[in-house]
Amino acid sequence: MEAEKFQIDLGNLMAYDPSHHFPSLPDSREELTRKCLERGTELVQAVANALFILPSSEDPDGPIVTLPEPTTKLPREKHLPKPKPPTKWEQFAKMKGIKNHKKDKRVFDEQTSTWKRRHGYDRVNDDKDIPIIEAKPTDEPGEDPFAKRKAEKKQRVEKQEKNRLQNLKQAKKAGALPSHVQLAATALPITGTKTEVPKKANKQELENVAGMAAAATASGGKFDKKLPGEKPAKHPGKYRKFLPVVEGKGMGSQEKQQTDKILNKLMSQSSHDILDVNKAVSMYNVKAEKRRKHEKEKGASSSNSGKMKPKKKSFKKSATKKSSKKSAPKKH
Amino acid sequence: MLKIKTPKTQRAARALEKRAPKLVENGKKTLILHGTKTSSMLNDVLTQIYHLKRGNAVKYTKKNKEIRPFESGGETSLEFYSLKSDYSLFVFGSHSKKRPNNLVLGRLYDHHVYDLVEVGVENLKPMESFVYDKKLTPKIGSKPFFAFIGESFESVEELKHLKEVLLDLFRGEVVENLNLAGVDRVYVCTAISPTTVFFTHCALRLKRSGTTIPRMELVEIGPSMDFVVRRHHLPNDSLKKEAMKTASQQSKKQVKNVSRDVVQGKIGKIYMSDQQVGGMALSYDIKGLKRQRREAKTKNSAKEDQAKKRKTDS
Repeated sequence: MEAEKFQIDLGNLMAYDPSHHFPSLPDSREELTRKCLERGTELVQAVANALFILPSSEDPDGPIVTLPEPTTKLPREKHLPKPKPPTKWEQFAKMKGIKNHKKDKRVFDEQTSTWKRRHGYDRVNDDKDIPIIEAKPTDEPGEDPFAKRKAEKKQRVEKQEKNRLQNLKQAKKAGALPSHVQLAATALPITGTKTEVPKKANKQELENVAGMAAAATASGGKFDKKLPGEKPAKHPGKYRKFLPVVEGKGMGSQEKQQTDKILNKLMSQSSHDILDVNKAVSMYNVKAEKRRKHEKEKGASSSNSGKMKPKKKSFKKSATKKSSKKSAPKKH
Repeated sequence: MLKIKTPKTQRAARALEKRAPKLVENGKKTLILHGTKTSSMLNDVLTQIYHLKRGNAVKYTKKNKEIRPFESGGETSLEFYSLKSDYSLFVFGSHSKKRPNNLVLGRLYDHHVYDLVEVGVENLKPMESFVYDKKLTPKIGSKPFFAFIGESFESVEELKHLKEVLLDLFRGEVVENLNLAGVDRVYVCTAISPTTVFFTHCALRLKRSGTTIPRMELVEIGPSMDFVVRRHHLPNDSLKKEAMKTASQQSKKQVKNVSRDVVQGKIGKIYMSDQQVGGMALSYDIKGLKRQRREAKTKNSAKEDQAKKRKTDS
């Protein structure tokens, strides 16, 4: 078994024997493990041979060698860090050729004639060190120059924050946001369709809703303590009307009326005719009565037949329409 | 509207920095978990793997109903865990009639599933069943040796994939410097058939040999098991290309305190501590000692005089 070339990856301390194959599977498990361990020993010895040859530095714990890089390529855990896109200022500086000069930490402060630090606690050109601001001829009389300076500084800071946010957004678009920064949304974005703007509820609405909520308990809000100023619910309970047990005199049977009402409602809902049956029937009755009257008059006063009587035109709906649809309402 | 959020404590900032994508990455962390049904053998396997990888692995004890790594929607939970605790490797055990003692070894790239290998475990011999000299027990976190035997690891695609995944799973951190006294374990994987791999873990005994290179001896300490390859999912080509990208180590380390001057050439700055010249002792002759010496001298001389006098007297 000479001339066996193992593939050795020293960076991973790995050895691979591509030439071995089991011609027949060993019968017992122990045989198998023994054979495997034998081959394994050979491979490990090969790796160790290559490993212990490496130059080592002495250490109290033991000899330390520098391993070469692993040859088997394995996939990364995360993507490679992407380069940050240049910020607006960096682009501008590059275009103009502005170089960044290293600045001193200590600067001489003209106001107090001392050496102060450039940024931070006791800094140069601080606003609170200015005792007097001389008035210029262009100044307005009622203006406070100190407040004006403060407001200007605040504006500058806000502008800087805005610019910083823009730069970070650009970086995020390029996928290169720094690890310690997160951009969080404070409000929902405005999409293309008109999203429902949560409008402010007025006092009435709130009171109504509060009343409804108060009544939404198991006992209808009857036993809850009322807060001062809380108005009772507008619709106090009672949603059903029960007929009296004993009928009074006067009006007809209330039960009959109730059932009639319900029935008529149902019928009118289900009937799809344009015709109003009741109206049609009453019209017919009126017409019939008039005709009868007419007949009577005709019979009574046949002498008056010579006179020209003005033709009585009925401006009401035509009879033909009536008669055709005089049948009982179709049951659906 | 967007708001810039930065960590308020240094600890939080360090934690974020640790998880950020880097040129040279940290070691991969492993998640060991199981599905709705597990057998006792599978439980043993999972605990054994956890013990082998103690230090950079986490074992979840609850059962996870919704995780089905091979289905398109069933990996969202895994990806969520990976995102929350920064895992890139997982070992998912499940047991069913169709796939008994099933183990899914998987890798994640950018917290999304990269590739999967499904193996069935057979003939498990746990660590406790092996008898060996306890002094040989390998330490937690030691860098292991790997021995892969069998031509099937090159010819059969599933086994090639399994080889890669096993290497990734057990290799630990990629280090530059290795202490040769600390090599004590080896994983031996033998392809006994085109579908089965015999996997075992052994301790190393370094024996004295004539040369500087010691003789290696393998002592099986377990666990040992058979992996029967069932299914596998390879990553698609574009993802694979992206994951295998390495940037050339270009960033030169900036040499500090060295500058060039036109007149003087290369100048270096040396920082020294404050030498308090005023407080230093000028000579070793301390004044008090001087007086002592003077007194001693006078005493001696007085004694001598006395002695002389006595001599003259007597």
